[in-house]
Amino acid sequence: MQLSLEHVGKTVGPEVHLYPLSLSLVPGAVTVLLGATQAGKTSLMRIMAGLDSASSGRVSVDGRDVTRASVRERNVAMVYQQFVNYPSMTVAQNIASPLKLRGEKDIDRRVRELAERLHIDPFLDRLPAELSGGQQQRVALARALAKRAPLMLLDEPLVNLDYKLREELRDELTALFASGDSTVVYATTEPGEALLLGGHTAVMDAGELLQYGPTAEVFHAPQSIRVARAFSDPPMNLLPAEVVEGGVQLPGGALWAVDLPPAAPRQLVLGVRAGALRPQRRDGDLALAGQVELAEIAGSDTYVHLHSPVGELVAQLTGVHNLDLGTALTLHLDPRQVFVFDAAGPLLRAAQRHRSGGRA
Amino acid sequence: MALIELDLAHAYRADPQRDEDYALLPLKMAFRDGGAYALLGPSGCGKTTMLNIMSGLLTPSQGTVKFDGRDVTRQTPQQRNIAQVFQFPVIYDTMTVAENLAFPLKNRKVPATEIRERVGRIAEMLEMSHQLDMRAAGLSADQKQKISLGRGLVRPDVSAVLFDEPLTVIDPHLKWQLRRKLKQIHHELKLTLIYVTHDQIEALTFADEVVVMSRGRAVQVGTAEALFERPEHTFVGHFIGSPGMNFLPASGEGMGVRVLDRLLPVPGRSLPAGALRLGIRPEYLDLGLDGEAGTLPARVSRVQDIGTSTMLTCEAGGHTLKVRLAAERHAPAVGDTVHLRLIDTHTCFYQDERLIP
Repeated sequence: MQLSLEHVGKTVGPEVHLYPLSLSLVPGAVTVLLGATQAGKTSLMRIMAGLDSASSGRVSVDGRDVTRASVRERNVAMVYQQFVNYPSMTVAQNIASPLKLRGEKDIDRRVRELAERLHIDPFLDRLPAELSGGQQQRVALARALAKRAPLMLLDEPLVNLDYKLREELRDELTALFASGDSTVVYATTEPGEALLLGGHTAVMDAGELLQYGPTAEVFHAPQSIRVARAFSDPPMNLLPAEVVEGGVQLPGGALWAVDLPPAAPRQLVLGVRAGALRPQRRDGDLALAGQVELAEIAGSDTYVHLHSPVGELVAQLTGVHNLDLGTALTLHLDPRQVFVFDAAGPLLRAAQRHRSGGRA
Repeated sequence: MALIELDLAHAYRADPQRDEDYALLPLKMAFRDGGAYALLGPSGCGKTTMLNIMSGLLTPSQGTVKFDGRDVTRQTPQQRNIAQVFQFPVIYDTMTVAENLAFPLKNRKVPATEIRERVGRIAEMLEMSHQLDMRAAGLSADQKQKISLGRGLVRPDVSAVLFDEPLTVIDPHLKWQLRRKLKQIHHELKLTLIYVTHDQIEALTFADEVVVMSRGRAVQVGTAEALFERPEHTFVGHFIGSPGMNFLPASGEGMGVRVLDRLLPVPGRSLPAGALRLGIRPEYLDLGLDGEAGTLPARVSRVQDIGTSTMLTCEAGGHTLKVRLAAERHAPAVGDTVHLRLIDTHTCFYQDERLIP
């Protein structure tokens, strides 16, 4: 199904919840709504579902105007942060409820099938309250899937679950979404989750839609400083720079030979992803020297916070690095890995993608 | 501040018989004075029970809690002089930020000049100095939680500060700042900090030592490095790392190991015969060449660009393995056959779920 929003905005009293935005979701694919709390993700989903009406603009499904159609008149399945199940019904009855409503046959078989896919088949005869949080959310997901709605909306569905459980369920969900039966919208605050879900991503910030495109493309070529900031974890290092003869000058005086696009303005911001910095030097590298403020060892990576003349930096180094507070450290990066932004915001040149990214 | 020693067990039901009856199985543990610890595990593992026993909200059904050698098992949190920070902000909306921060000190009748000095210092550490005169009611959930953290840290004389999932309501970007602040505050104030979480990144980055818990048991206590490099239990291998360690059934055979009908040489080791499990992390699982010794052929079922690296999902003999490849490496395509280098210095072997040293 093709869901399209044209100039959809939402104001509540004097407050703007959504600035007018247009968005056509890719049918049968996952669209991730990525943004911090208060970015407008939930407001947008509620309009997509028909739970709230837009203050302006038009919502259409397969070309049909549904702007004023309520949620009852639309075929939508929704999953919330909080596990919503019928408390007095068993797990099996919960999953069966949308099937019964539609008068389907063979309900028992469908229920069992869905329960098996979500690994809750041993609990079919229990009440939701007798299950763990993760299992309860699986029941809510199974019920949403049972609806076989052409549009499925998930509002941070894993946020109340344990980290490890999130990982497993996210993996299973991406496999379920891959069938392409439904157009899926999935809200999250976590950039890492957006990357793992793949599909397409709409980056939102303070009630605005900033960018929409295939997830990896948005990540590798954020259109603006705001998108780069929203779609990075650890946060992207943003360094103010000024164009001078032979390159750019950074605070503290360092001169970097960075390829600039023609007609670059004088005031720039350079973006460096934490993962692009490394302690080993390679030919042609740029260098950033500073003192270690903190090294956070996270197992597979060490996050190094560096105090440097260009500002506070975060580097994500592979493996375990024991670095004491105050240690002098020089980090290196390939100049092609620098994002160049106009200081006013727009992206001028993205970091070069590696071969595996599919584009030169 | 205090050295905290636990020698106890807890069951929520009377007369526990089996392991499952215990929320915390019998354990002995010591938390160093001035140390930063995390209790990490899935829900129901016993971490919150352990925290509540340390704070005095819960009396263990058997055994003792000692602070600096003194038995405090039956003392309240106030008597133990414990500060606590919870998942959601606990502050007074009608007070200013400064009054909120001062509250725990006023309660303990600290002189006004000392209060002012201490509140000023904590506010500066948390970068809240400019907000001191603002009413708490007008602040966002993030900012309110920052006040809660400040209130937990404001008293210099506490035995320990206990944190129960304190960053749950915080957005990813602010989490980066706050984690770093907490760490710096720990360096500076040298308080004993105990932090409960299910989030491995928070636990590993916060603590000097992490207690990994599962089903009422502490399965390993160690540094982030130890938990990642040498998980002593398959549960730790699985739970730490994202995704966790890959496991394959194996059996020792002479100077090698048999994995899915392939005999792989394991130089310099002699492994016991019988059922073992081979464990290797996605970060250390590398791609070799066709016919290379020590490799296992597998079919690539999924390729994910996860930004700073590429994640491969591979299938071999009904088992799924994850491989994390550096972004600059050439990634295979779905359907390709790859040759996984299972034997590496980082490969671990397990017998009855325990690491073979």
